[in-house]
Amino acid sequence: MCVEHVGHDKGERVPHNLLSLSANRVMASDKNKIVELRGVSKSFGGKPVIYPLDLDIYDGEFVTLLGPSGCGKTTLLRLIGGFEHPDSGSVLLAGRDITDLPPHQRTVNTVFQSYALFPHMSVFDNVAYGLRADACPAAEVTQRVKAILDLVQLTEFAARRPDQLSGGQQQRVAIARAVVKKPRVLLLDEPLAALDYKLRKQMQNELKRLQRELGISFVFVTHDQEEALSMSDRVVVMREGNIEQVGTPRDVYEAPANLFVARFVGEINVFDATVLECLADGRLAGEIAGQRVVLPGHGRGFTAGARIHVLLRPEDLRLLPPEREEGFGGEVIERNYKGMTLESVVRLDSGQQLIASEFFDEDDPDFDYRLGERVRVTWVSNWEILLPHEAAHAV
Amino acid sequence: MKLRTPFRTAVLALIWGWMIVFVFLPNLLVIATSFLTRDDVHFIRLEGSLASYARLLDPVYAGVFTHSLYMALVTTGLCLLIGYPFAYIVSRLPQRHKPLLIFLVILPFWTNSLVRTYAMKLLLSANGLINQFLLGVGVIDAPLRMLYTEGAVIAGLVYVLLPFMILPLYAIFEQLRVDLLDASADLGAGRWRTFRYVVLPLTMPGVIAGCLLVLIPAVGMFYVADVLGGAKNLLVGNVIKSQFLDARDWPFGAAASIGLTVAMGLLLYAYYWSVRLARHRGEHGALA
Repeated sequence: MCVEHVGHDKGERVPHNLLSLSANRVMASDKNKIVELRGVSKSFGGKPVIYPLDLDIYDGEFVTLLGPSGCGKTTLLRLIGGFEHPDSGSVLLAGRDITDLPPHQRTVNTVFQSYALFPHMSVFDNVAYGLRADACPAAEVTQRVKAILDLVQLTEFAARRPDQLSGGQQQRVAIARAVVKKPRVLLLDEPLAALDYKLRKQMQNELKRLQRELGISFVFVTHDQEEALSMSDRVVVMREGNIEQVGTPRDVYEAPANLFVARFVGEINVFDATVLECLADGRLAGEIAGQRVVLPGHGRGFTAGARIHVLLRPEDLRLLPPEREEGFGGEVIERNYKGMTLESVVRLDSGQQLIASEFFDEDDPDFDYRLGERVRVTWVSNWEILLPHEAAHAV
Repeated sequence: MKLRTPFRTAVLALIWGWMIVFVFLPNLLVIATSFLTRDDVHFIRLEGSLASYARLLDPVYAGVFTHSLYMALVTTGLCLLIGYPFAYIVSRLPQRHKPLLIFLVILPFWTNSLVRTYAMKLLLSANGLINQFLLGVGVIDAPLRMLYTEGAVIAGLVYVLLPFMILPLYAIFEQLRVDLLDASADLGAGRWRTFRYVVLPLTMPGVIAGCLLVLIPAVGMFYVADVLGGAKNLLVGNVIKSQFLDARDWPFGAAASIGLTVAMGLLLYAYYWSVRLARHRGEHGALA
């Protein structure tokens, strides 16, 4: 195998052959750090893009760097790939410091946002490029390229040039070219951004399948929260060069660390509240818009008098008929049919606007609201997210 | 589209008219002339003859041809050697520096190249600026003979023709996508490999364009050889010019001109085939 021919790469590639992927798949181990970022920072022209941060990526996991454009997620990826050198800190790959290694000596490969396929080479030559750079014997190059083209279902396109392929096919060539070298980590820089909605969904599934079959770590950059939640084992939410939260998709959605994460990862309603007292059962009594509510404490240790945010996802809100007692009074000012759900915008009597998202009920297919209809808004108790109050300018 | 049809017709007619009157007919006249006989009074006599072409094979003229071609090839090589890295470096500079540097490349066009060639003569001559400087500094005791050498002609040609190499190369380097270089490095290729297999093939069209723009004028710029070359370093252009203006042998001048065109055509044809052959071999290798 080619792996044995490459002196400095020895032992860093995934040791199994692609052809026997399914047979001896390496199970993703939880605690094997494959990439470690230690206090890395980066600025361009005096403007900080990444503030010193730490991040561990484990062997075999699918990690997504999620954040709005300009948050530094692509720069972070380029630091791992070696295209940028950090101003401070170090990058470790499988325990070895690779901070000063140029990209061509790192056993990570990248799928570029633009695909960056070589326009003057056939699909075969594009995929073979990395193997030939490692001085792989021709017979093995042919065999491995064919195997990987099989895997991405492009065998019959081997002789084509990139400009003779569709966007989705080019995307698959870019992935094949990067994984044929069996990197320890595959870096993907918004690889699906250029594809239309349906193709993107399809490629999301294909990428997940590929990642399972290859058993290598994927570091995936996106600004699409839905994509991040559906694909990742862990999501790293970034803002302005800082990591705001690292957690499972469920963590960042259901227990966001702060208002930014809560708002970036899906829609959310935010109430300003004040803690009135801590109840004996560990719950809190709080005040929202002049009404007393009982909130779960979630062990956050809020004390009486503390100002907090109470966050609720649209799907956790319940709209009740106006004659009911509980909840907050308001009127429906907008309703959007979403197919599976009905999304309503409610203006409370306090002036605050909320978004509620309700599933259609099979028993009541005509379920709908009139604009201006009075409702009472309440929510499923215990599903609130409580956060310390952030100054208004923070987000 | 219908409204634009008369306009299109007019433009096409103008271009065709121009080409016929100023390119096609003159070339036809040159070709015709080359097969006629010299006449002392009327320049040409309407009497068919292949004598002019026979004279082209005369060792004297064949020698001028090959020497001229040799100097043109050296000139092209030097222009490529200077122009390629230059164009690459300029294309990689921050956007705000580029216009000035490209402006500096184009600036010499504002002065007639004949005038610039005379300026070079002032630099290179026995009591020119370079010799005076070297004598003054004490590096040499006697002035160097630089003028009227092969080197002087090549230097003059390089000086005049370098922008024609740089501009197409710069244009192609500007189109060279940086992400392809990143991808090459990402896949494990070092600088040399990236250059050999990505940069060079993708900039080849610029190299070809630049070489053609330099090589073809380099055999014809007679005034550069006139001013800097002396009697021994003639270009094909000198032969043609002297036949028309000095020897008044129009048929032979025309034949030399046709010979030059044919030689260039053969060169291009050979190049075209070598590229096709190389590409064919490449594709064959890829499928193997």
